[in-house]
Amino acid sequence: MAHVLEQGDTTLTETGAAQVSGLIGSLDPRVRILAAIGFGIVVVGLSSLTALGAAMVLSAALLWASRLPLGPTLKRMAMMDGFIIFMLVLLPFSIPGDPIFTLWGVAASWQGLWRAVEIALTANAVILALMTLVGTMEPVTLGHALYKMRVPEILVHLLMFTIRYIEVLREEYLRLRGAMKVRGFRPGTNWHTYRSFGYLVGMMLVRAIERSERILGAMKCRGFSGRIYLLQNFVLTAADRRFSVLFVIAMGLLICLELVWR
Amino acid sequence: MHIVDGALSNTVVIAGAVAAAGGIAMGLRSLTLERIPTAGVLSASFFVASLIYVPVGPSSVHLIMNGLAGILLGWAAFPALFVGLVLQAIFFGFGGLTVLGVNTVNIALPAVLVGLMLRRLVASGTPTAGAIWAGIGGALAIALTTGVVAISLAASGDEFIPAAKLVFFAHIPVMVIEGLLTGFAILLARKVKPELFETAKGANA
Repeated sequence: MAHVLEQGDTTLTETGAAQVSGLIGSLDPRVRILAAIGFGIVVVGLSSLTALGAAMVLSAALLWASRLPLGPTLKRMAMMDGFIIFMLVLLPFSIPGDPIFTLWGVAASWQGLWRAVEIALTANAVILALMTLVGTMEPVTLGHALYKMRVPEILVHLLMFTIRYIEVLREEYLRLRGAMKVRGFRPGTNWHTYRSFGYLVGMMLVRAIERSERILGAMKCRGFSGRIYLLQNFVLTAADRRFSVLFVIAMGLLICLELVWR
Repeated sequence: MHIVDGALSNTVVIAGAVAAAGGIAMGLRSLTLERIPTAGVLSASFFVASLIYVPVGPSSVHLIMNGLAGILLGWAAFPALFVGLVLQAIFFGFGGLTVLGVNTVNIALPAVLVGLMLRRLVASGTPTAGAIWAGIGGALAIALTTGVVAISLAASGDEFIPAAKLVFFAHIPVMVIEGLLTGFAILLARKVKPELFETAKGANA
């Protein structure tokens, strides 16, 4: 997953970092989260290729509206496809049906091919909608919105802590890797590499736990009581209502497509 | 290891979501206010560990370290790993949305099982003995994870059985590596910060 990050990229943008604006960026975070979940559930239920194609178009429209950088976003999607490609390639051979061609005595079927296309479309449409609707949010805003949506407080705390410390710990990891590198460490398939990586992970954990003790002390000093104080209140605007109505209509259309073109 | 949206049957997806919700609830119950920073920082550590690539022959694998998460966090590994998967899906586009439950169970359930089984053994005895148990736990967690991934694929339809088998066999080297790394990580932690395990021995949450 490391190659998701360009040189100099931070893992997650923290508070105050440049936010992607655009049509999506101005919407209420709660609306965006609910829209993404609704979209996911509807699209996973679809099976006609026409409807799935329409869902993909809708995701692409959301991507355009969110003004996320096209290249990197599509690259991330392509990397996810890289993960599932083996499963998809096996499908035409494992689903029986009308043969397309035969490879080493195993027939590839049209039914299997369509099933693979169906899965690929679903997976890409849903993940793209999730990245454009929710991924464009500041991570801290995501935590606040989830809290407002009655996600258990402790889970939100855990999420916010994770968001806060991922970048700090990644920097620590890069420092340790740098220190290993200047001492001439070159990873390979050998005992020394695995031992060094094991010690690296162990050291990261020891430091993480020591850090968490300091954090707890600092938080107690400031009277941490486990409450989440929101810096801003979320208000539903007319634009949010318009988006919600349009989105629900779009979902309805997808379901209609599914029912008509079975 | 991530399963994507649209591949699994609805039954498996719903069962996964329900099981994940149960596991997360169990985990949250064990998280007191005092333990939130530790769990949060460890959750971030495991996220960062998943960014580390380790070479295996011509290829490389990224770490999962769910066995280690289970050993250190116990039931709290469930919400901690869930949070990591949520962030990966939202900000990196890895995995999927409706399959979050299934993916959480696939990673966190083995973690918790390994943690419950081996926590005391890892914390007691000489550091080397603890490290060996941790290594077994690290490998076992990956074996269990691939097992559950294979089951969730196979339960969704016979057409996935070849893919399920492929997942299992492709992960045998990963088991070995995760075992080795978990063992060495614990060996270092036992030597550098033994008091960490004093508390783990007592408070088996």
